[in-house]
Amino acid sequence: MTQTVTILGGGIVGLTVAAELSGRGCEVTVIDPNGAPGPHGCSWWAGGMLAADCEGEVAEEPVVRLGRQAAEWWETNGAKVTYNGSIVVALGRDRTELDRFARRTENHDMLDRSALSDREPQLAERFDRALFMTREAHLNPRDTLMSLRDRLVSTGVKFAEAAKHLGQVIDCTGLAAKPHLPELRGVKGEMVILRAPDVSLERPIRLLHPRFPLYIVPRGDGVFMLGATQIESEERDRPTVRSVVELLNAAYALHPAFGEAELLEIGVDARPAFPDNLPRITRKGDHLYVNGLFRHGYLLAPALARMTGAYLLDNVVPEFWRDET
Amino acid sequence: MPNFYGKEINSRLMLGTAQYPSPAILADAFRRSGAGIATVSVRREAGGDKAGQAFWDLIKELDVALLPNTAGCHSVREAVTTAHMARELFETPWIKLEVIGHSDTLQPDVFGLVEAARILSEDGFQVFPYCTEDLVLCDKLLDAGCQVLMPWGAPIGTGLGLNNIYGLRSLRAHFPEVPLVVDAGLGVPSQAAQAIELGYDAVLLNTAVAKAGDPAAMAEGFALAVQAGALAQQADPMEPRDMAAPSTPVIGKAFLE
Repeated sequence: MTQTVTILGGGIVGLTVAAELSGRGCEVTVIDPNGAPGPHGCSWWAGGMLAADCEGEVAEEPVVRLGRQAAEWWETNGAKVTYNGSIVVALGRDRTELDRFARRTENHDMLDRSALSDREPQLAERFDRALFMTREAHLNPRDTLMSLRDRLVSTGVKFAEAAKHLGQVIDCTGLAAKPHLPELRGVKGEMVILRAPDVSLERPIRLLHPRFPLYIVPRGDGVFMLGATQIESEERDRPTVRSVVELLNAAYALHPAFGEAELLEIGVDARPAFPDNLPRITRKGDHLYVNGLFRHGYLLAPALARMTGAYLLDNVVPEFWRDET
Repeated sequence: MPNFYGKEINSRLMLGTAQYPSPAILADAFRRSGAGIATVSVRREAGGDKAGQAFWDLIKELDVALLPNTAGCHSVREAVTTAHMARELFETPWIKLEVIGHSDTLQPDVFGLVEAARILSEDGFQVFPYCTEDLVLCDKLLDAGCQVLMPWGAPIGTGLGLNNIYGLRSLRAHFPEVPLVVDAGLGVPSQAAQAIELGYDAVLLNTAVAKAGDPAAMAEGFALAVQAGALAQQADPMEPRDMAAPSTPVIGKAFLE
């Protein structure tokens, strides 16, 4: 018998869960009062790095392990994934940070200036050493959300701004689910989008800095995303001058050509996170809640979607499981 | 054990709450450190409408004394405003006063610090000033109403340890009754032990624990070091000397080689 599912929230989690369940034969309706993906949801502001190995510097083991599966899922589900790896650099006096980062992460090669020049010639003008994360990938989050939604529509998933809840209800509303998930908190992030025609980068770059870590993701056509602050605050608006100055300064330090870039957007939102910064699938009443993906939306949503499918259809208890019924 | 403004604290270790991989790891680190005081920053998290409340609630659950700080403030006025915000949020007169004078080294603006300390002390705050080890500055901070001094070991986040042992020792000698805390610059537990051996009442650190590969293990390491330093200090350590002093007599031995 076909299982009927209602998914609340059409952001990164709602759409991946919808894709997984509809792919496995469920009849799926996604309800989002805001309609199509857009600036109202935090996945709109994401970097789109599929950088499981880099995240291993700070994040716990499951993030790395599950994150490594993400690129394949995205590609299977129609996203354009770029497999160029990523590069990590540190400015002169923070050089030791690069060694520390290398110690704490896997799947990388240390590049000297000439090897760096082969991959990112502009960076080699500024850095004589870099870490190349060989297995990482990236995607464009906005294109990915929109194309996944289109793909779901074409495969029969229904989208509504309001509708009756039918069948199993899966709440994927992020921070909006806080009244039901009291341990959830928001972690504010600010980002900037620039057009820098003089800068050419093939892959995401991380600049290690003890105070202002930065990543830059190329979006094509000279457009770059700079991210992201991480502040223990639930504000979803009000990007501050200080944060933007820090991001822009770091970009300028990475390459002075960013000085002439055009500011296209300043974005801000809050990421939903639990106290351990790991995601959870929670059963409470007759609802399932898939939430707490923190800064790892694109990296972890595929794994969480698979776990949700395995729970509903195969009775497999998920790895991050809370039963609060 | 240290006594700050009449409040007895059951540990010589004070920990910051920034930069941990997650609040859960932060809580683990506190549990294993036995720290008695948590510093918490207010300036950036406060936002428009107490938007940092969720995180602060997690900090409150640590069940340690809270010392809000004015981290990130670069002027007297900014620090004073942040202190007022902190008093309202955490319902405590305690404030760790930071007035940053140099954005690269995060060196305190000692002139602004004295001014802000006076304003806040007169307003009923109990001020913990983040200062340098300069004797005259410390004297002026005490004049301004501070009853605790928190000189740096080294610039914030450097992990260089105690850069000026002479200066720190001299502060201890000049102000035998004032609670002294080495704040900032510690990287490894042995440096914390050294500060306590110098007679300091406590150490305050953040980066060394938060940025360690295993923050909770490092926190415990610091706890043990602080304990070792306190035992040594109480045990009246020997004085260093130039000439060797054999611990067993050599005269009468058949062979000296």
